[in-house]
Amino acid sequence: MSERCAVVGIGQTRHAQSRDDLSIPGLLREAALRALADAELTFADIDAVVIGTAPDMFEGIMMPELYLAGALGAVGKPMLRVHTAGSVGGSTAIVAAGLVEAGRFNTVLTLAFEKQSESNAMWALSPSYPFQPPVVAGAGGYFAPLVRAYMAQTGAPEHIGWQVAVKDRLNALKNPLAHLHMPDISLEAVQASPMLWEPIRYLETCPSSDGAAAMVLTNEAGARRSPRPPAWVLGTALRSEPILFPGRNQVSPQAGRDCAQALYRQAGITDPRREIDVAEIYVPFTWFEPMWLENLGLAPEGTGWKDVDNGVTAMTGELPVNPSGGVLSTNPIGASGMIRFAEAAMQVRQQAGEHQIEGARKALGHAYGGGSQFFAMWLVGADKP
Amino acid sequence: MRDVAVIGTSLLPTTYGSTASEVELVQAVVSDALAKAGVERSQVDFWCSGSADMLVGRPFTFVSALDAIGAWPPIAESHVEMDGAFALYEAWVRLLHGDTHVAVVYCFGQSSQGDVRKVLTTQFDPYWVTPLWPDTISVAAMQAQALLDTGRYTERDFAAVAERSRNAAAGNERAQLRSSAAVDTLLQEPHIVRPLRRHACPPIGDGAGAIVLATEEGLARIGARPAAWIRGMDHRIEAHELGARVLTDSPSTRLAAQQAGLGDGPVDLAELHAPFAPQELILRDALGLPEQTRINVSGGALAANPIMVAGLARIAEAAERVMAGDSKRALAHATSGPALQQNLVCIMEGRA
Repeated sequence: MSERCAVVGIGQTRHAQSRDDLSIPGLLREAALRALADAELTFADIDAVVIGTAPDMFEGIMMPELYLAGALGAVGKPMLRVHTAGSVGGSTAIVAAGLVEAGRFNTVLTLAFEKQSESNAMWALSPSYPFQPPVVAGAGGYFAPLVRAYMAQTGAPEHIGWQVAVKDRLNALKNPLAHLHMPDISLEAVQASPMLWEPIRYLETCPSSDGAAAMVLTNEAGARRSPRPPAWVLGTALRSEPILFPGRNQVSPQAGRDCAQALYRQAGITDPRREIDVAEIYVPFTWFEPMWLENLGLAPEGTGWKDVDNGVTAMTGELPVNPSGGVLSTNPIGASGMIRFAEAAMQVRQQAGEHQIEGARKALGHAYGGGSQFFAMWLVGADKP
Repeated sequence: MRDVAVIGTSLLPTTYGSTASEVELVQAVVSDALAKAGVERSQVDFWCSGSADMLVGRPFTFVSALDAIGAWPPIAESHVEMDGAFALYEAWVRLLHGDTHVAVVYCFGQSSQGDVRKVLTTQFDPYWVTPLWPDTISVAAMQAQALLDTGRYTERDFAAVAERSRNAAAGNERAQLRSSAAVDTLLQEPHIVRPLRRHACPPIGDGAGAIVLATEEGLARIGARPAAWIRGMDHRIEAHELGARVLTDSPSTRLAAQQAGLGDGPVDLAELHAPFAPQELILRDALGLPEQTRINVSGGALAANPIMVAGLARIAEAAERVMAGDSKRALAHATSGPALQQNLVCIMEGRA
């Protein structure tokens, strides 16, 4: 690696069910201009742009980066468009960091977005494939059996999911940009909400959001000029595995385990649970919090649900998870991964406002996609490695 | 900068109406490229692919493609919703880090599964332009007319590019159109969209391609073999709004070529990704290529244009000639977007 990469600018939109006050370029510019303002830079200081979004079918625009080039100050610059399913926001940031780390460019703008109000994700996520039975159940229908398998394997009680739903929605009240603000959320409310895909109830699912995230990434020289403390990228990792094959552990996929271990090795982390101060984990359905805790090696196998039950993952707990409110409170699909990465960086820059975990020095950003098969992760720190 | 080389290539013969699945397309080219490079799957540190869902109207086409490459144990892998040439750029950058030494890039595109003229229209501004449904050929025709209006070229020049390209493909079994009528005959064809006649437009085809890349360390691990060393690579994008561009020039190609080091020495061969005949003339002028540079000896995109593959195919075709000793220094170009909006240039040489 020729260069160390640092995050010096972070911007997010105000996420909402529908940002019908903004076009797609307008949505992206809200995030981009905030990230540039945070870094005290302008589009002229940017050498390359890396953008990610989920399937083009969502908005019905083929390769939207082409049409967004002007709005994002990319004209005359290199522009890359990443698409790795739900992990895309994370892998987009990793590709952008790679341009800096390889010494190709000094300062890179990376963005991710989804404008779900202009699309129908459930339709786009339920395609019919030749020679394959249609699922026609969206993402929840795909993931619910994995949750049931986790419950069967660990004996976790039903209320664990409700607890995650309440925790993340209460955290979101401290995050002014979060889509869902539900001050009346309670275990009873979650329990009383309609069952969508056994055992996942309505309030245990992520919303459909319009939103975008942007980050300014730069090299060591750029970080020295940064007006605010940088978040140093201590490690990045990508892992993928096929969606289906006999014997595949879909509850705790090998790709996720390998990805986390590769990440910790790079970042010099030997005891992740102790060394990581806060984690932003991609949890679109409540049960994925305990499942990913185990997959990430942050909890011993079969015990993730106990950490939820004991408040370990609450903002006041030993390992706070998703103080931003997480995907359960904000889900512009293509941006959700980048929001995790950006929130992790905000934490180590002590920039998270009311949802700041005091004294956070090392933070994990996590994203996954496809049938729990694509993983993207990064670890950021307050101290230069 | 760390040295990285192309050490294996594979392109599927481009056909119309392929019934193969993504898995079948990708499996064929990845296995072939690995075999040519003498690389085992287990030696690959990074994978990167390029494709576009909208071509077949189905999300996540790259997910099923994963089944083709044996992603077990899990692999480090990424995907761009772009031509494979841009996936190759991402893999090249990854290899420059120094912790990754062998990468496979692959791409696939089945343009024949939809009405590609209409599908590509969804690349435009969805609020103001797409609702007018400017199709690919009409936009290319606007560019061609603008070029005629400069007085630099005539319709005969377009026909000459088409004739040369398709006759050059005679020996290329992977090309779809491998012969051409004479220029005078071509000029008798009716216009599809004035001033473009059928011969100035690309065929519609399905295809796939793969390229194996290695660093010097990677090559040491695998063992010496013919290699096309990447001397430089860059890509640049222009404004999307056609009215904001000079359609008869390609400043993004020129800038990418400068950044890739075109000025460091003459190239004896160029593979230009010009789906429409007038675009080759625009690219040639933008690059300032001298007369003696051989252009599109493969036949280029006028002979085979599997969308999402045709750009990577230019790099593969040029690399093969460098590896065979047929070119000392070659330029490969890939384009993306309407009317040459985004352009990539890769320069390769035979010796490290």
